[in-house]
Amino acid sequence: MKELFTKSVSRNIYYGGSLFFILLFLVLTFDTHKRIPATDNRENLTEQVAHGKRLWEENNCVGCHTLLGEGAYFAPELANVYDRFGQSTDAIKAFIMSRPANGIPGRRSMPQFNFTDEELEALAQFLKYVNGIEAQNWPPNIQG
Amino acid sequence: MKYQSQAVSKLYFNAAIALFVGQIIFGVILGLQYVIGDFLFPYIPFNIARMVHTNLLIVWLLFGFMGGAYYLVPEESQRELHSVKLAKILFWVFFISGALIVLSYLLLPYQRLAELSGNAFLPTMGREFLEQPTIGKVGIVIVCLGFLYNIGMTVISGRKTVINVVLLTGLVGLALLFLFAFVNPENLVLDKYYWWWVVHLWVEGVWELILASLLAFVLIKTTGVDREVIDKWVYIIVAMALITGIIGTGHHYFFIGTPGYWLWLGSIFGALEPIPFFLMTLFAFNMVNKRRRIHANRVAVLWALGTGVMAFLGAGVWGFLHTLAPVNYYTHGTQITAAHGHMAFYGAYVMVVLCMISYAMPKLRGRVANSNKAQVVEMWSFWLMTISMVFITLFLTAAGIVQVYLQRMGDQPLPYMVVQDKLEFFYWLREAAGVVFLIGLIVYLCSFLIKGESDQHIDVSHKNPAINS
Repeated sequence: MKELFTKSVSRNIYYGGSLFFILLFLVLTFDTHKRIPATDNRENLTEQVAHGKRLWEENNCVGCHTLLGEGAYFAPELANVYDRFGQSTDAIKAFIMSRPANGIPGRRSMPQFNFTDEELEALAQFLKYVNGIEAQNWPPNIQG
Repeated sequence: MKYQSQAVSKLYFNAAIALFVGQIIFGVILGLQYVIGDFLFPYIPFNIARMVHTNLLIVWLLFGFMGGAYYLVPEESQRELHSVKLAKILFWVFFISGALIVLSYLLLPYQRLAELSGNAFLPTMGREFLEQPTIGKVGIVIVCLGFLYNIGMTVISGRKTVINVVLLTGLVGLALLFLFAFVNPENLVLDKYYWWWVVHLWVEGVWELILASLLAFVLIKTTGVDREVIDKWVYIIVAMALITGIIGTGHHYFFIGTPGYWLWLGSIFGALEPIPFFLMTLFAFNMVNKRRRIHANRVAVLWALGTGVMAFLGAGVWGFLHTLAPVNYYTHGTQITAAHGHMAFYGAYVMVVLCMISYAMPKLRGRVANSNKAQVVEMWSFWLMTISMVFITLFLTAAGIVQVYLQRMGDQPLPYMVVQDKLEFFYWLREAAGVVFLIGLIVYLCSFLIKGESDQHIDVSHKNPAINS
């Protein structure tokens, strides 16, 4: 250490290096913003989908599930649940509706959220929209 | 303790330890829910328990950082804290609002909490680690600003050292980046993109600055090594942390709908991210090797060395394991991530806070170090917690490898829940290791109850005349 770096050289590497990479990161962020319309499925981002996203958040779904691989690892990945359920929003809604309020003895079970029909549709549409995001062919297969 | 105002840190350390206990109790509950799926259902479902577990972790680490700063900054700045009163007020604001947030998780359905706290006006809830009601987030910002003002005023008008300048930079970064918790676009890809500005740029960015400065402070105090030497190490460590860590954010931009070049950038810079942690290991061992005295507080030195090793293993090695895009393609969002998360948080941030507490607490209680007996008990807790965390990580890694193979790689990929049933064995082992961790934590608490003075420092500088100046 002593031979390679003096204190002021070390300090300059810290300030200079950090500044350079912060600026690079901002440039890359700008570029990412320009490119993601091609992959983020924004053409299908309707009001209903936005409502579904809000419901997803306000019921803390990410506390058990992953979505595009991020979240908790207690319940299945949902970014491709639309495909997994045979591209049927009805199947997604039926699953959410059918959860027993008191769970299943000894097993994991999703809570019963008592959603209205409109909320169920919004959630299903949100999951359908997420399914359409192009994420480098992830997840690797239908099982998520 | 050289300055009276340092005493305020004791409040913060006590709160940190109390919340740590809560975090671990919920960790044990979660581990049990992995194998007994309906444990406490529907009263405390998994998502609620997890939120309590992770939020308590974040809050108690923040208490630890703040306590550390309140202890360290006056001593480094060679003056009293700008305002002890402000530090006390902010403590109670933070503690009471933190407690209210956690209680509201447990007592209200989350959806109801969102409604009552007016999430619709500025929706920020329901994203991993950022589950706090918007009003709670505003409270966190206010507490951080007040804290920064207090620390900043002290640093600016006092002696400026590398340690307190780096610490202050880290704390400013922490506060600034938290503002991205309020950015929540309807577009999920952009939501995730900026969510990482809080999460990644905290733990793999500015928190490393805080870590390095806390560690350096304890090492200066316990080894007596010359400040010039330590300063150089600190600069190089934090330089590498930011040089690798900022673009390293890219390893979270592989599979969330962002452009393909992030696969390359994230892999390359992610692979370099272990460097600052490796330097920290070298740093800690080098300084202890070159020490001029054997400090009476030997357990604080143990925590310092432990931080160096475990941060490198957890954040460095376990991070590297799945940071390359072709690997991460299979491991993304599996128990491998959980394994890494556990050891990285423990090894880097939990241990450095415990190191700081271990050094500062005896002084706050009016002695150089605890009695030999108390130190031995604390060392037991060090080993119990650290070894059980290694096993938690190993069992989760085993579970993760099996999960990846069965669910994502085999000829006949199996459904998620089918695979989870097959992992039960590993989850039981993890739970057992978690119980040992809890026992270690109880031993840690017991070490505070043992009274008595320490021995004196032993001067060893004459044995090592070639110490760097």
